Amino acid sequence: MSMAYTPNEMMTVAAARALRNDDVCFVGIGAPSAACNLARLTHAPQITLIYESGTIATKPNVLPLSIGDGELCDTALTTVSVPEMFRYWLQGGRMTVGFLGGAQIDRFANLNTTVVGDYHKPKVRLPGGGGAPEIATNCREIFIIMAMGKRAFVDKLPFITSMGHGPTGRERRALGVASKGPTRLITDLCIFEPDPQTQEMTVVSIHPGATREEIIENCGWTPSFAADVAETRAPDAMELEVLRDILARTKAAHGG
Amino acid sequence: MAKFLDLASAVEEMVHDGDVLAMEGFTHLIPFAAGHEIIRQKRRDLTLIRMTPDLIYDQMIGMGCAKKLIFSWGGNPGVGSTHRIRDAVENQWPLPLELEEHSHAAMANAYEAGAANLPFAMLRGYIGVDLPKVNPQIRKVTCPYTGEELATVPAIRPDVGVIHALRADREGNVLLEGITGCQKEVVLASKRTIVTVEEIVDDLGASSPNSVILPSWTVGAVVAVPGGAHPSYAHGYYTRDNSFYIAWDKVSRERDSFLAWMEENVMKKGPDAFLVHAGGRAAS
Repeated sequence: MSMAYTPNEMMTVAAARALRNDDVCFVGIGAPSAACNLARLTHAPQITLIYESGTIATKPNVLPLSIGDGELCDTALTTVSVPEMFRYWLQGGRMTVGFLGGAQIDRFANLNTTVVGDYHKPKVRLPGGGGAPEIATNCREIFIIMAMGKRAFVDKLPFITSMGHGPTGRERRALGVASKGPTRLITDLCIFEPDPQTQEMTVVSIHPGATREEIIENCGWTPSFAADVAETRAPDAMELEVLRDILARTKAAHGG
Repeated sequence: MAKFLDLASAVEEMVHDGDVLAMEGFTHLIPFAAGHEIIRQKRRDLTLIRMTPDLIYDQMIGMGCAKKLIFSWGGNPGVGSTHRIRDAVENQWPLPLELEEHSHAAMANAYEAGAANLPFAMLRGYIGVDLPKVNPQIRKVTCPYTGEELATVPAIRPDVGVIHALRADREGNVLLEGITGCQKEVVLASKRTIVTVEEIVDDLGASSPNSVILPSWTVGAVVAVPGGAHPSYAHGYYTRDNSFYIAWDKVSRERDSFLAWMEENVMKKGPDAFLVHAGGRAAS
C-alpha cells in the first residue's frame, strides 16, 4: 500500500481523529460520514453514530450513499421514526457532537447550503438545510469538514442556513444558545478552531506539505493564525488502509 | 375500512388537480409507482409536500404536475442536484414553482402536529438562521411556563397522503418496518390516503409487536404494486438501487434526455413495469 496520501485523505483522517470513543455523534452525509466511520473502525470502536433517518448506533460496512440506506438500519442497534429522532434524540440534547459539511462557510463557521444569489431569484439553488439548522444548535458541539477554496470559504454568506458563531461571533450567547457551536473546522490544508475571545475560526494546525500562503490563497477572508501553529500528524498506515478499504467496499457496493 | 383498488383507480379517486399532496418515505419506501401514475394521469397545480423531494418530485415537477413545493432538503442524496427542480426554480421550466422551505426538524414536527390534530408544531429551532426571513410561516410562541421563545410552523394536513408500505393483510391493515420516516404521521394527518404495498398476504407477519401498523380504518386505498418503491427500497424485499440514483444525474441534467426517459419509462408503461424490481421476498 502506498503511504503517499491525498489532501482529501488527510482531511478525512484529521476529522476522524477529532471524535472520541464515548461520543454520540449526529452524522451528516458525505464527507462527515466517511470521517465518522473511519473513527469507529480505528480509535473509537464504541462511538455511537446516529443518522437522521432514525438509525441509532449504526455500524455500516459500506458508507451509505443516502442518509437512509438499508445498510444503516440493518446494522443499527435500533431505528426510530424521523419525528422521534428530531424531537427526543436531537432536541432532547442527547448528541455530544454534530458532524456537518456545507457548500459555503464564513469566518465564524456559519454555513450556507441553501442558495447562492438572491433567495427569490437564485443564481444557484442548493439543496437546503435538511437537519442542519437544528443540529447546529442542539448538539453539544459541532465539527465541520470542508475542502478549502475561495468559492467555499467566503467573506460574506449570501444565506445563513445553520448558525456557527453568528454573523459577528457573538450571536450564540445573545440568542441564549447554551451549546458550544463549531469547535473544530477540518479542511484539506489545515485545522481551524475558534479564537477563545472573538470566536473567529483560526488556523491552529497545518497539514504536512501545506503552507500558510496556500491557506490564504484558498480563503475568501484573511485568515488568522494562532500564535502557536502545530503541524498535523500525517496519516499512519492503519488509518490509510482502513479508509481506503471502506471507500473501495463502498464503490463496489454502489456501482458508481 | 380500506378499499382495495388498482393503482389507476386509486389515483383517479383520491388525487385531484389543485390538491395538497404529501408523498413520504425517508429514502426507504418512496412511492415511485404512485408518482408515475399521477404523472400519467396529468394531475396539475398540485402543492407537493415532502421532506426530501429527491427523484420522485424531480420527475413530477419536471412533468408539470406542481405549482408549489413544501420541503426541507431538495437534492439527489449523495449524488448532487435535482436538476428538474432546479430548472423549475431557476428558469421556470416547465412551470414556475413556488417554494415553502423548512428544516427537517420543523417538517417532522409539523406532520406530527397534523396527526395529533393540533393547529401548529413547536420546536427549539431556526435559531440564528435566515429561513424565517424568507418563509413567513415560521413564527414564534412564548412558553407560558418559562418564557422561552420557541419556533412554530403550521401543522401539515394534506388533502392526500401517499406512502408505500411492506405489505397489507386481506382486511387492509398495513405494515411498515425498517426506516419508517414520518409515514405513520402522514397517513394520520391526511384527509385521503393511498398506500401501495409489496404484497397482500393472509398474515402481516410483523417481526415485533411494536412494528408500525396502520389499521385498515385509517387507510383510504390499498394497492398492491410489487417493486413500487424502486429505485428506493423495501426492507426485506429489495435494496436501494444506488446506481439508478447516480445514473439519474445524467438523465435529468438536460430537458430532452429527461423527457425522452419519462416518455419511455413512465408514459408508455404502467405499474406492472415495477414488478421486475420486486425480486421476491428476502429471508429477513
